[in-house]
Amino acid sequence: MSGPLIAFYVVGATAILASLGVVLVRNVVHAALMLLIALLAVAGIFLLVFAEFLALTQVLIYGGAVTVVTLFAIMLTRTTELRVRLDNRQRPVAAVAAIVVFSLLTATFLASDIPTRATPASVADAASPATSSGFEALGTVLFTQWAIPFEVVSLVLLVALVGAVIFARDA
Amino acid sequence: MLELTHLQVLSAALFSIGIYGVLARRSAVLVLISIELMLNAVNVNLIGLAAFVDRPPETRVFGQVLAVFVITISAAELGLAFAIILRLFRNRGSVNVDDIGELKW
Repeated sequence: MSGPLIAFYVVGATAILASLGVVLVRNVVHAALMLLIALLAVAGIFLLVFAEFLALTQVLIYGGAVTVVTLFAIMLTRTTELRVRLDNRQRPVAAVAAIVVFSLLTATFLASDIPTRATPASVADAASPATSSGFEALGTVLFTQWAIPFEVVSLVLLVALVGAVIFARDA
Repeated sequence: MLELTHLQVLSAALFSIGIYGVLARRSAVLVLISIELMLNAVNVNLIGLAAFVDRPPETRVFGQVLAVFVITISAAELGLAFAIILRLFRNRGSVNVDDIGELKW
């Protein structure tokens, strides 16, 4: 078994166990902290397949911002009833739905015949490995070919955050 | 060897766990956390394809570009959704999604 595969199994098992913790634990704060572990494990997976920029973004946005915002939301919406039941009566249906979706997705992935490489590769320009990096390749494409979608998505983010302020302030 | 299938099965597992969370949890905050898990599963899939598909690098990088957009949209969605949850809590004193059924037919 190769090194990357062992690392993948370790990080992947961490991600899956932490995600199961997110949906199963009985404490809301513990669920948010489990989410942090799961998201950092996903960042590790990004590193394994040479997505350096995405791994850093994942740690910054999800590991930092999302977890803090989630913890604040939990703190601000804390009710007086301490032992509130966290799951509703749909649990068996939810479990069946999750298993069905997992089976369908896995069957589709196994049946797909996308031509793949034997090893993961960086998106950097292979012709000049000394001067090119994944950051450079991603940045170049993002600000040339995808410049208009990039600007549109930044506008979406701005509008969403202004909307969030309007919603959250005292009317 | 690490293959695309490994990443895709992991992505499918994270996505189904997220679906379970969305359907089974009662607190709106926990439902949102589960949605974040599902968005991350999609990102794992996109990044896996970007690394493994047998295409030149300038084509494969599109997978990472899409992942950047997914992260941005999920950040926007999270900010807006938490603002709505806060407003909901202020108006009703609870964020239990089972109690919010006014628009249910």
